Amino acid sequence: MFVQFTTWDIVRNLLEAGRWTLALSLLAFMLGGAVGLLVLFLRISHNRVAQAFTKGYIEIFQGTPLLMQLFIVFFGLPLLGIDVSPWLAAALGLTLFTSAYLAEIWRGCVEAVPRGQWEASASLALSFPQQMRHVVLPQALRVAIAPTVGFSVQVVKGTAVTSIIGFAELTKTGSMLANATFQPFLVFGLVAAGYFALCYPLSLYAKRLERRFHVAR
Amino acid sequence: MSLVNIAGLHKHFGTNHVLKGIDLAVEEGDVIALIGRSGSGKSTLLRTINGLESIDKGELVVDGTAVHDGKGDLRALRQKVGMVFQQFNLFPHLTAGQNVMLAPTVVKKTAKREAEDIAKEVLLKVGLSDKFDSYPDQLSGGQQQRVAIARALAMRPKVLLCDEITSALDPELVNEVLAVVQQLAAEGMTLIMVTHEMRFARDVGNKLIFIHHGRIHESGDPKTILTNPETPELANFTRAVM
Amino acid sequence: MAYQFDFAPVFENADLLLQGAAATLGLTAAGAVPGIALGIAGAICRAWRIQPFAALFGVYVEAIRNTPFLVQLFFIFFGLPSLGVKLSGWEASILAMVINLGAYSTEIVRAGIEATPRGQLEAAASLALSRAQTFLYVVLRPALARVWPALVSQVIIVMLGSAVCSQIAAEELTFAANFIQSRNFRAFETFFVATAAYFVLALLVRQALMRFGQRVVVGRPR
Ligand SMILES: Nc1ncnc2c1ncn2[C@@H]1O[C@H](COP(=O)(O)OP(=O)(O)O)[C@@H](O)[C@H]1O
Ligand SMILES: [Mg+2]
Repeated sequence: MFVQFTTWDIVRNLLEAGRWTLALSLLAFMLGGAVGLLVLFLRISHNRVAQAFTKGYIEIFQGTPLLMQLFIVFFGLPLLGIDVSPWLAAALGLTLFTSAYLAEIWRGCVEAVPRGQWEASASLALSFPQQMRHVVLPQALRVAIAPTVGFSVQVVKGTAVTSIIGFAELTKTGSMLANATFQPFLVFGLVAAGYFALCYPLSLYAKRLERRFHVAR
Repeated sequence: MSLVNIAGLHKHFGTNHVLKGIDLAVEEGDVIALIGRSGSGKSTLLRTINGLESIDKGELVVDGTAVHDGKGDLRALRQKVGMVFQQFNLFPHLTAGQNVMLAPTVVKKTAKREAEDIAKEVLLKVGLSDKFDSYPDQLSGGQQQRVAIARALAMRPKVLLCDEITSALDPELVNEVLAVVQQLAAEGMTLIMVTHEMRFARDVGNKLIFIHHGRIHESGDPKTILTNPETPELANFTRAVM
Repeated sequence: MAYQFDFAPVFENADLLLQGAAATLGLTAAGAVPGIALGIAGAICRAWRIQPFAALFGVYVEAIRNTPFLVQLFFIFFGLPSLGVKLSGWEASILAMVINLGAYSTEIVRAGIEATPRGQLEAAASLALSRAQTFLYVVLRPALARVWPALVSQVIIVMLGSAVCSQIAAEELTFAANFIQSRNFRAFETFFVATAAYFVLALLVRQALMRFGQRVVVGRPR
């Protein structure tokens, strides 16, 4: 059976799939940010065990392929009796991945706050959470915005890998369309253009933020 | 004809008119000290002499190689003019010996063996023959600056420019560098140096030039004009720095 | 009923995993060397604004950095044949890795070149070195030394990213793991071991490249 696909059919299908790419990106970025903040606090806390644990957490996610992380979640959770759909596995895997990278990026920003700021706030008898909340984080935040926006591009691109565990986002839909239409050049070209349309504005914005930050200093 | 001839030299940075008509003749063997307040244009003048700064107007001739109204062969000029910088600017990935040998081998295509002999000779001259294989970050500031002098000398320049070459040094390291310069002067090297070491300018220089607002405001024999400045500006300046 | 972990069926196929790991290393090397070379060429064009190459590299860098590696791979493997360029899984994988790494290293090396202190350029000029000589003898080595850790990280990222090359039948580590789990039905255990193998590979490659950098790029045994 042959279904004739017009170019418009292809574009429409890709646009619909692109909504899933967008949804997964947003979800993973926001949840990953929340988890990442937690990891960050543990990473820079004064508790040795928490430090070591989060250091290992970050190194594992940065030292293994995202595809493997997704496989582990996808095939591991059912062993715990949890039924996972590709959507859930993709969201969970990408969230963990994002949290590790963001925690590490933010740690760098916290460490960019001069030692004297810690010492001065400690000498004013602020507790660790108070130092963080009133002195360190506000300064680290300014440094963190540009690389955080920059990393969001990696999250969007990371969603493509979830196609391999069967999540029907942009790339997966593209593969199916390429097979069905025998027009892989056009389809993957359009898929790439879709990602570019999502990522390039973020890249530009990150670059602009970075430049503005450097001028401000 | 003088070794260095500068006539009617003008230089702007944007709207900032930095050099406002400099005339200067330097004879072979001259040791010239340029003094003046910060921002008066000393570095700029020095840097035009080997083409690090372009010229807007005027003429610059070094040993027959000319730059006229900004046009001329800068690389030919630079082969005749050596320069030593305040911040040494040694190449960090090369040893002292390699720093010295680079320009002779690459620019003059001197054979490696010969360049090595030259490097040994000039490093000996600055008292560092034992540092041939040391990297810059293994040397003290004074030693680095002496390597920088050796590096410039290896090109056999007709004239050597020194821009506050002791200003970045710890006080106890200043004299070892000045001693090398003094020795070069004694051997007849033509030197133009920007310096804040007034005593050195007076004792070693044979001509002192006071730059003020981009002009040569006063010049002459160092001992004479430092003791009896003709202009109130130089009098003020010497009182402030001595 | 609790699940019983069983890694024995994985280790029975250790030879396949080792072959896959070797293939991943080979793929990485084949992608990294031309990729970094391409990056250096791009960085020179960008830093010196050699037109039209500077503009072309600019477009290339943005196109690659703002699209997923997997899509680049599919485009090359599935898309290019319609232009008459038919590549094997290996060839397409290597080409995609070179192109991907080339874009990132263009920006990395360019940053290294542009961080050259002014004084270094002035010293070279005062010694009458030409622009090309200055670049070759004064700028390049310290620039590479400055950004070497970033280049190494990027090579690792590309190596880890190459896991998706299994999707176009390049028989590397992930492909091997996939093959094994399709026969022993121990997907979790198999991918767990493969993940550990990637982790070890990443550590080893980083160590080796950092040592290589210290020796060859920085150029001084310390
Ligand atoms: N590269 C440059 N761009 C713009 N202005 C410059 C530059 N270099 C020097 N100037 C300006 O030229 C003037 C003279 O500077 P300089 O020759 O360095 O003075 P000096 O060495 O006597 O302290 C100063 O006003 C300085 O700000
Ligand atoms: Mg100066």
